[in-house]
This record gives sequence, structure tokens and C-alpha cells, in this order.
Amino acid sequence: MKSKSKRSCGVNEVLEITLINAINQSLDQEMERDANAIVLGEDVGLNGGVFRATEGLQKKYGPARVIDTPLAESSIIGCSIGLALAGFRPVAEIQFAGFIYVAMNQLVNHLARIRNRTQGKLNMPIVIRAPCSGGIRALEHHSESMEALYAHVPGLKVVIPSTPYDAKGLLASSIRDNDPVIFLEPSKFYRAFRQEVPEKPYTVPLGEAAVRQEGEDVTLVAWGSVVKASLDAAAQSGKSVEVIDLRSIVPWDKKKVLESVEKTGRLVVVHEAPHTGGFGAEISATVSEEGIFHLKGPVLRVTGYDTAVPLAKREDYYIPNAQRISKAIIKACES
Amino acid sequence: MRKKVFEGSIEYFQVLDEDGKADKALEPKLPEKELKRMYELMVLCRVFDKKAVSLQRQGRMYTYAPLEGQEACQVGGPVALEKEDWVFPTYRDNGAYITRGAPLDLLYEYWMGFEEGAAMPEGVNVFPVSITVGNHLPMAVGMAWGFRMRKQKKATMVMFGDGATSQGDAHEAMNFASVYKAPCIFLCQNNQWAISTPSAKQMCSNTIAQRALGYGIRGIQVDGNDVLAVYKAVSEARKRAEKGEPTLVECITYRMGLHTTADDPKRYRSDKDVEAWKQKDPIERFRKYLKGKKIWNEKYERKVQEEAVKKAEDAVKKAETFRADPAKFFDFVYEKKTPALEEQKQAFLRGE
Ligand SMILES: Cc1ncc(C[n+]2csc(CCOP(=O)(O)OP(=O)(O)O)c2C)c(N)n1
Ligand SMILES: [Mg+2]
Repeated sequence: MKSKSKRSCGVNEVLEITLINAINQSLDQEMERDANAIVLGEDVGLNGGVFRATEGLQKKYGPARVIDTPLAESSIIGCSIGLALAGFRPVAEIQFAGFIYVAMNQLVNHLARIRNRTQGKLNMPIVIRAPCSGGIRALEHHSESMEALYAHVPGLKVVIPSTPYDAKGLLASSIRDNDPVIFLEPSKFYRAFRQEVPEKPYTVPLGEAAVRQEGEDVTLVAWGSVVKASLDAAAQSGKSVEVIDLRSIVPWDKKKVLESVEKTGRLVVVHEAPHTGGFGAEISATVSEEGIFHLKGPVLRVTGYDTAVPLAKREDYYIPNAQRISKAIIKACES
Repeated sequence: MRKKVFEGSIEYFQVLDEDGKADKALEPKLPEKELKRMYELMVLCRVFDKKAVSLQRQGRMYTYAPLEGQEACQVGGPVALEKEDWVFPTYRDNGAYITRGAPLDLLYEYWMGFEEGAAMPEGVNVFPVSITVGNHLPMAVGMAWGFRMRKQKKATMVMFGDGATSQGDAHEAMNFASVYKAPCIFLCQNNQWAISTPSAKQMCSNTIAQRALGYGIRGIQVDGNDVLAVYKAVSEARKRAEKGEPTLVECITYRMGLHTTADDPKRYRSDKDVEAWKQKDPIERFRKYLKGKKIWNEKYERKVQEEAVKKAEDAVKKAETFRADPAKFFDFVYEKKTPALEEQKQAFLRGE
């Protein structure tokens, strides 16, 4: 794995790496740690995945643990269930999140329900990794943010990192988790920036949000692809914004959000996913149920639209940008 | 008691060998005009395609999936259809669009990231490309089945790759076609690769065509770099379609270029493999055949090339000057916008 700079702080090596490097490193370390961990998917072996998330892994662990599958998502996920029954810990890569749908039956009717169906007798330690969200000028079906679909399925956990540090630690937690995890990776962040990340393995717990920046005027909750734009917007707005990166939406860190709203009295939720039925609605509803007396004004949402994600030329009109988010921050502060 | 309850075999044919010599017993009887049309279309496909790759390299177009090497399939298949028939293509089948009369500027527009480019004019019976692999086969079967129910003489042809044959939808569709006697032609371009996955790792069956036997439909394998072989196989399949007999045609071909412009084939295949397939180039082979028939000469070649280049360049100009309404992506989600969507569009227009 390539790294730009390397710095030693005591015994712990810290590397400046990208999000894709972090995913790669985490897969590598988890496979090393647990001989049952296997990686499977389309083009993940020799090619190292179309984004190179699995680069070098087949060489290191062999084609029996890093498996190039035929082109069939339903069997990638269905067979992952079977492999888990045989004692493996499958980490399946779906080439883009938009290609999961042929496997929806395996996912919703089976994977998510096997623990319940066997009355707790069986674990389903499966991670399904997929690049998500827009911003890379790709073709149709390569840019969607459909996390709310999975959040609505009892039995699935849903994780969306926005930084290299989190990606590494959250993926480790997801692989070690005994429940199925949908692990969505914002593709535009794969190589967008670097961050100092410890070389040794560590975990970031699922369900614990990160406060990216503390603030007094308004709470902004975001995850995945729009965290960066939210931070930019916070800076542009001139307001004191508390920016919370949820990191996983199932489970989600209700406590941290409610505590922040208690402090600021205002809430803006930002997601790239379509407006209607987005996970922002869940957060807004929860705050109205459990924190309404702290609110000075209505909860605002900045989201994608209830449309298909436009193709490359219009893509930027769809994705919430710092300008749109900043307007919402200012509007929220007017109440 | 034991007895054999099934026996089957799959035929392969080639009309033109690598030197462009025709197998007289198989050679379709096509008028000179039609042969020239096919040749000109193949050249146009290649010129269109090379232009697209070069535009992408110059940052004037987004991710593009080149068709180079597959011109025989993408011309020979669609030309064998009737005007009223429908084609269901993949992202790699721009050649099929061109053959069916799609305006080149629309194709470029689509790959430049405008939805408008996918909307074909009346009479160009090509469905928008399936970006998801293998999921368009049932649609093509459904339409063909519908034609049959309406007692129309039309057929559909669905184009897909070797990788697509692994999808459940592909298998289900062939079974439905068989059960409902759908006038559907399954045109598989086995170009040896699904991104980095070679056909040999995609499946352990010797041929894709033999799968047809499992559904009780006809399967045939042809040289996919031989435009006359593809033409012949599809015309015969088209005739059978009218009798309610679907056919799976497997074309053995090769993806000469990148999977898409985002791909680096050096990671998974050697230049030597690609070189070997260069000798089988579909356009050169057809050219040799036409030359042998005294249909082709240098002067004709220059004219064909010049015309193709002009068509492609004019189309690029048109596509690059296309100005789109930014808010149009709100307009075709439903026949009539929901109140929520209308509100969103208005907010967008106000710049909120
Ligand atoms: C359902 C689905 N899964 C994965 C992909 C990603 N993908 C795009 S093309 C491709 C390979 C397709 O191979 P093949 O069917 O042989 O067609 P070819 O690209 O060779 O023309 C893959 C895996 C996709 N587009 N759709
Ligand atoms: Mg292929």
C-alpha cells in the first residue's frame, strides 16, 4: 500500500492514507486476524476491485480466500449466507451499491432474518461493502444513496464512513460483528483526501457518532458523502455549528444528537439520499418526539431530490452542496 | 430401468474465414447494396467508437464503454431484423444503435452525461441501454410475448455479454421465452471478458449456446467476428421467431479495447492475447471478402472513411453545443409531479 508520509509517534506508526487505502488495510488486517474472513465479489481478485479496495489481497491470501465470482449479485449474497453457515466470515463486495437490487430477496427475506428465524441459534457475520453516492461523473445506477432502504429492514446494520480513519475502524467492527452489515463507501471520497491513520488495527464502534466540530447555534447531522460539504457550509455560514457525523445509521447515536439539540436548540439534517423517506425523516421525528421542548424552531432537511440521480452533466444540481447547506444553517438560526 | 432421456448438441458456424474466403454452402445471398451498407455501418461504428474514446481522453466525455472488435455482432445482428422489431442493448452496443438508425449526436450526448441522449426518435426501435448487467432480458421477452399475444409479426432481440449469462434474470428470461413461445432472439456477444473475469472463470460450461438446451430452445454458436455468420444466424433466428421459437445465438468475439475508459486491462490480460485477436479483425475480414467480390477498392474505402469521419465529427459538434435545461431532471419522474416533487422543483428554481 502506498502512503505519502509516515510519522512515528512512540510505538504506533501513523500513516497518511486515503479512504480506499484504509479499506484495503482493514480488510488485510482482519483477514490476517481471522482465518475465517474471506472476500468475494466481481473482479476483487486479480484486478483488486474496480476501485482497488482489495488490491494485493488475492496475492497475499490466495484465490480461496479472495474470490472472483461470476456476475450474479443474488448468488454473491445468497452464497455468503451459505458460507457463513459453513463457518466463514464473508466480506462481499458489490461493485456499486446500485447493483445490489437483484440480491434484495436474499438480503431482506433471508440474511436479515436468519438470526430471528433460528431463534438466535445462528449468527450471520456478513459484511456487504459497496461504493455509494455521487460526485464521480459515473453512469446510471452508480451514484445513488439508498441507505434508508436498508435501514428499514430489521436485522441489517448500516454503516457509512466519511473519513479514512473511520473507514478502517468501522470496517473492522463490521467484520467482527455477528450481524449482517451493509457497509456503504462514498466513492467520491475514495481518493479525495488523506488522513493520518494508525497502522495497527483498531475498531470504531458502530452506533457512535463523531462530533466533527463543536458549536452553540445549531446542530447539523450528516453522514457519508455530505459530511465534507456540511463542514464547508458550517464555515461559510458564519454561525457556530455543531457538526455530527453519524457514521452508522443503524444503529444511530440518538443520545449524542439529542444532547446536542438540547444545547443548540436547532437542528439541520443533511443527506444526499432523496428527501421522501430519507433517514433524515427518522432523525427529525425522533427529535420531535423526544427533544421538541429544546427546539427553538423547525428541524430543516437538506437532501437530494425525489428524482433519479441525474447523469453526469446535471449531477451537481442534485447533490447537496455547501451553498445549499449554508442557507439552511442560516435559516435555522433565524428562529 | 435406465434410458437416455435427453441428448443434444450445439452447432458452430463461420461463413468467412480469417482471409475473407466464404464457405459457399453457408454464404447468404445478399445484394451488393446490402453488403456495402453493412460494411459502411461497421466502419461508422469504429469511427464513432474511436472518437468517443478520444473525447473521453481529452476530458470532453465521461466514462465510455468501447465496442471495438465487436462490429460484426453489432451490425450483423441488427441488420437481420425487420424495421418494426425492437432491440434491447447494453452499454457497449452503440453499434447496434447506429445500425438501427440512431442519430449519432444523441449517442454522444448520452455519453456526455445528458439524459436527452437516451430518448430515441420515433422509428428507432432501440430501448435505452441496460447499465445493470443482464437485467434487460426479461423485458425483451415480455415485449416479444406481447407481440405474439397481439398476433403481430414483430420480434425483439436482446443483446448481452458473457458475464450477463450468470445473472438469474438471464436464465429466467430464457425459460419464460420458451414457455410463452416468445419471438425473441438472445444475442450473446461472448467477448471473452467481463471486466477482469475471463469467460472460463465465469462459467464451466463449454459454450453459452448449450444453455439453450436446458430451456428447450434453439442454441447456436457462430464466429462473432464474421459479420455474415452473425447475419445468417440472426436471420434464421428471426424466421423461427415468427413461429414462436426463441433462439440463443452465441457470438464468439473479443473486446479489443478497455472494459470502459475507467479500466486498465494490463492488470488482467496480456497484449499478446489482444494481438492474436487483431488477426481476426471483423472489418478487415469483411473488407477482404468484398475485395474478392470486386465490391471494394481503395477509392471506395477513402469515401467510406471520409463520410464516417464527417458524420462523427458533425455529431460531436452538435452534442457539444447542446444546451440543456438544468431543471429537467424533475420532469419525468412521474406523468404528473407529486406535490412534494413540485415543491422541490420550485425550490430548486429559486436557488434554495
Ligand atoms: C448487475 C450489475 N452488476 C455489476 C455491474 C458492473 N459491471 C458492469 S459491466 C460488467 C461486466 C459485464 O460483462 P459482460 O456481460 O461480459 O459484458 P461486456 O462488458 O463484456 O460487454 C460488470 C461486472 C453492473 N453494471 N450491473
Ligand atoms: Mg463480456
